[in-house]
Amino acid sequence: MSGISKPMDEQVQRRRFDLRALFRDRPIIPLIILLLVLVAVVEILQPGIVSPRWAGNIVRFAVPLAILAAAQTLTMLTGGIDLSVGIVATMTAFVMATQVAYMDPVLAIPLALAVAAVFGLANGIGVGIFRVHPLIMTLAVGLVVEGLLLVYQRQVLGGSVNLPEVITWLGAGRSFGNIPNSLLVFIPLAIFMWFLTKRTGFGRLLYALGDNEGATRLSGVRYWQVMIALYVLSALLAGVGGLVYIGLIKANSLSLAVPLLLPSVAAAVIGGTSIFGGRGGYGGTIIGALVLQVIATLLLVLQVPEGTRRIVFGLIILGVTAAYTRITEER
Amino acid sequence: MNAAARATGQLGGSSIGSTVARFLRRNAWVLALWALLGALVVFTITIQPRWGAPQLTILAIAALPYAFAAAAQTTAVLVGGIDLSVAAMMTFTSVCAAVLMEGQSEEFGIVAVALVLLLGLGLGMVNGLSIVLTRVPDIVVTLAFFFIWEGAALMVLDAPGGSSARWLRDLIIGPVGGFVVPAEIGDWLPKSLLLLVFSLGIVWIPLKRSRLGLSIYAVGSDQLAAFRSGIAVDRTRVAAYALTGLFSAMGGLILTMNTGLGTPIQGPYLLASVAAVVLGGVSLAGGKGGLVGPIVAVFILRLVRQDLTLMSIDPNVAQVTEGAIMVAVVLVGALVALRSRRS
Repeated sequence: MSGISKPMDEQVQRRRFDLRALFRDRPIIPLIILLLVLVAVVEILQPGIVSPRWAGNIVRFAVPLAILAAAQTLTMLTGGIDLSVGIVATMTAFVMATQVAYMDPVLAIPLALAVAAVFGLANGIGVGIFRVHPLIMTLAVGLVVEGLLLVYQRQVLGGSVNLPEVITWLGAGRSFGNIPNSLLVFIPLAIFMWFLTKRTGFGRLLYALGDNEGATRLSGVRYWQVMIALYVLSALLAGVGGLVYIGLIKANSLSLAVPLLLPSVAAAVIGGTSIFGGRGGYGGTIIGALVLQVIATLLLVLQVPEGTRRIVFGLIILGVTAAYTRITEER
Repeated sequence: MNAAARATGQLGGSSIGSTVARFLRRNAWVLALWALLGALVVFTITIQPRWGAPQLTILAIAALPYAFAAAAQTTAVLVGGIDLSVAAMMTFTSVCAAVLMEGQSEEFGIVAVALVLLLGLGLGMVNGLSIVLTRVPDIVVTLAFFFIWEGAALMVLDAPGGSSARWLRDLIIGPVGGFVVPAEIGDWLPKSLLLLVFSLGIVWIPLKRSRLGLSIYAVGSDQLAAFRSGIAVDRTRVAAYALTGLFSAMGGLILTMNTGLGTPIQGPYLLASVAAVVLGGVSLAGGKGGLVGPIVAVFILRLVRQDLTLMSIDPNVAQVTEGAIMVAVVLVGALVALRSRRS
């Protein structure tokens, strides 16, 4: 970002060229290497821990994170961010879990997602029409959602909540041995994300707006329409993530997915999506979510205290992004 | 500098009316905030005629940590960044203060305060240096430090504990009373408000008049232009983040003073600080705004909270109202900005 570029030693540039090109064009390859290295470290530290069952567990926990990070990836591509995903995911799960007492899950799930879409619409109107900074708009809407959720909770009287079987089966279940059922949601979602970002006009617009908003608007793009569609989609993705996550955690709480908010940003950033927009993709984000999940288990294996664990987590976010910035910097 | 000052002086001297008009135009947002705060006070007195000095004191104490968080965020935003680790730094400095003062004499409190303020400067400097050296966006670096400082706080203290010197606690509780000033005025002057004005003023007023203060605004509005006019951009950014750390440490001390404990869990100060900065008329793009706006904004938000309690509205509904007010203000502010850009 800093406008002060230092001329780089030409030799260094030539030597790094191959690696840089690799990182820039296929950021997913070095990330996969990082992931494998981390898995190897876990195995070395605790021989025998890495098994299909272990891998299944990692995937089960990484899926909700990756879904929330999908929302983050899309918004970050336009240079935005969605800080309401954590609370919107929680709200969707909470509404679904409480409404199944009154109606069929077939109705409760779409209802909960529709509520999520309404808040996404609010975000989109604020960002697209009023041109509020996405950081602020999604933060503010997040506060409103949190408050509404607290009010709603008093109306429905939580008590014992029975989650519909579909949700727990999807969130926590495994089939054919160790394959998590949540992949049944996740794989179509990932294909959808790939198709959306790489093969549709809408996806191209997201990249274009993130790269040069002014030029894109001047070439006739209706900014507000794209933003509204984007933030509604983001909220829907968050909602789906929340539904999968509650099936995994099996507890209905008002702060269910809130702790996933910052990791979702981290997963997208580690995955190589630029927070300034215009660059990145969902493939990297998926690996980013897996990397974060493996790091979490690595720290558990090491039995480090909670405090140290957070410090290491922070240092890794910083380290990976710093390395990434340094190598891909074009100056 | 001098020539510029003289030039503005001459321009202003041409007619008092134009000076006033310019002052109004430049400070329109902050003046509107003061008016909003005034209207809120009037509203408060109409719904609760007995609202008076004691309630004002309660309000000032409640606003104190938020005000310091807002000041911290303002500094980071002015230089063109953002600091997501403000609340984490407050937590970390707060537990450090509580642990330092545990079982120590009253006098040692002074040493502890000095150490914690230095620690805050250091934390902020680490944030700033990491941003400058890694060239990773501010928001990502401070996101990483959100976890790091929070983890550090947990390492110092894994459950609420420690203690605070008695005199420090007395420093914020109650009004000034009949000390120095007549009691009629003193009763209406909460100690915490005085502490806030003093601790922010002692840093901010010299800063604004210094080279560094000017550099912060310059870097915030255009890094490249600032660089080309000979400002050490990186050094300015590190200094601004160090100040963010210092204000966060003040906020951390307030947390310890307030409860007499250090709690290793982050309060709601991060989101609140961003909200206050936006409400306070500081541009998120950097380089525009001041410290008064966010502080007034903090008092507005706290007073709204107090009013909602006075109206015996369910605290949960109160949160919705608070969020809705924020959304409304932000939308109006954005609309005003859009208008002025077009005209």
